[in-house]
Amino acid sequence: MAKYTPPVQGKLGQMIDVVVLLVMTIGSLYIPLWLGLAGSAHESNVPENPTWESLGQNAVMVEKWNQLGYADAASAAELISSRFDYSFSISSLLVMIVVIVGYYAIMLRFSEKEYREVIAEKFNQS
Amino acid sequence: MSDFDITSKEIDGMAPHGTKVGLLRVLGPAHVWALGVGIVLVGEYMGWNFAVGKGGAFAALIACWFAGLLYTCVAMIDSEVTSTVAAAGGQYTQAKHIVGPLMAFNVGLYLVFAYTMLEAANAITVGFLIDTVAVMSGHEGLDQRPFIVLAIMFLAWLNYRGVLATLTFSLVITAIAFSAIIILFLATSPVFGGDVLRHEALMTDLPYGWLGVLAAMHFGLWYYLGIEGTTQAAEEVRSPARALPFGTLAGIMTLLIAATLTWYVCVGLMPWEYLGQAGVPLFDAARMSGSTGLMVLLGIGTLFATLASANGCINDASRAWFAMGRDHYLPSWFGAVHPVYRTPYRSIIFLVPIALIFALGAPLDQVITFSILSGLLEYTFMPINVILFRRKWPLHAIKRGYEHPFHPIPAIVLLSLCGVAYFAVFLGYGTQLVAMIAFYITVSLWFHFWRYRFVRRAAQFTMPWPRPQGY
Repeated sequence: MAKYTPPVQGKLGQMIDVVVLLVMTIGSLYIPLWLGLAGSAHESNVPENPTWESLGQNAVMVEKWNQLGYADAASAAELISSRFDYSFSISSLLVMIVVIVGYYAIMLRFSEKEYREVIAEKFNQS
Repeated sequence: MSDFDITSKEIDGMAPHGTKVGLLRVLGPAHVWALGVGIVLVGEYMGWNFAVGKGGAFAALIACWFAGLLYTCVAMIDSEVTSTVAAAGGQYTQAKHIVGPLMAFNVGLYLVFAYTMLEAANAITVGFLIDTVAVMSGHEGLDQRPFIVLAIMFLAWLNYRGVLATLTFSLVITAIAFSAIIILFLATSPVFGGDVLRHEALMTDLPYGWLGVLAAMHFGLWYYLGIEGTTQAAEEVRSPARALPFGTLAGIMTLLIAATLTWYVCVGLMPWEYLGQAGVPLFDAARMSGSTGLMVLLGIGTLFATLASANGCINDASRAWFAMGRDHYLPSWFGAVHPVYRTPYRSIIFLVPIALIFALGAPLDQVITFSILSGLLEYTFMPINVILFRRKWPLHAIKRGYEHPFHPIPAIVLLSLCGVAYFAVFLGYGTQLVAMIAFYITVSLWFHFWRYRFVRRAAQFTMPWPRPQGY
């Protein structure tokens, strides 16, 4: 196999490559934050005029809340009543599975093609 | 008898690209342990407790042990491969030799983002801790940002100046932070006369049922995330074949103990609803113990753990970035070694502003999720990696410094647990998961169709191995 000689990349080209990579990275990680799509959905069912009993807290728990700086039930009610919403649709789960499996499939296929070139050049020339 | 012996002192992988200036070989097994545990121990001081919020106290314990199993598989697989691929870049270099260039490029990015986001999370925690102490001493409204910037800049400077000083610093502060957890356990445990833990009154049933246990796996990974970073020191340890497996396996054992002790003490001192959202849970646990001495010790422990972790993250992310620059996967400008300090100084400096952007502009749980997702993608690569490694170079073809037992069971277990962890992330952070994978697909196409043209083909394969079977 003929030895591959890569083109020499100029300084401007190197800088552009770094900028492209940075824009893709920061963009993809920040877009969900900007759009408010990141993080778990919460639901809160704070009862009216909450008491420690209505929040399901026993005497030891109340003592610990007090130690933590929550003097009454009302101040801790939001924290105690907050729950994650784990509902999801099967279709969104299937999309996730397809995306993950598809990603690894693409990567392994392209990697294999590149790897065969590497091995052929490395071991056929020596 | 193997044809190739990587454990030979004559084949040490030093300056494998023919460069005149290589990284310094000065580290021993203790430094490898400190690098691995130092990065991860902060996971006991903050972040793991979000698993309590996701599924309750018992769910967090189950997640802790299953995540421990996942990372035990990671450590076993990593120890075998890295005892053979003794070069900077860790899993990136493994992927380059075993799977292929595109996989290596992706793995390099996983490493850089997992560690840079972890570094950002550490800096956020430093700011939060200092703010908490300020509030306790009557100074409300402290601006956390100068402390975040200062922490990242100081550690980057330390890394710039030399690896031995950096990891020796990590070794000392990690040992203190680990000792603080042990002392807290001993001081509060009824076995040793303590009388403050109230497990029977504070523990509840699973608030979300078994779905919550699955969801807790998301932050369960945080107990151990980063232990695989030990391999980044491969080109700077005196004896890679011995020091890397020893340091990595000792590290995962240390963390399994520390994680279980941390869970035990914290759930016995705080209601799960508070613990599940706490910013500095071990510090809070010390406060709840009623001992000022313990509170000061765990405050120092939290600070040291975050600094040690951020320190190791800068070390690892910069090595991965450096290695990709050296191979022209990224602009070769990043592949430079400092002529005096022998560190990848350009990579160290370049990653500082990226860490700052996320430390100053994103919430802690989001930054942690970015780090966990990159780690998860990396762990999914590992079973593929070791199966291909054994197939292309069976045990008789290359002598390993360490051979992991029961192959391929650890690989299958690891892949299965990664599947569970993906589902756990999907339950709360599905959008970020899809956004991140969309990013990796885009960047993979960019690499394959554009960037790879600048990469020499045969020069990527630097290990003194025979031709892989089947090629």
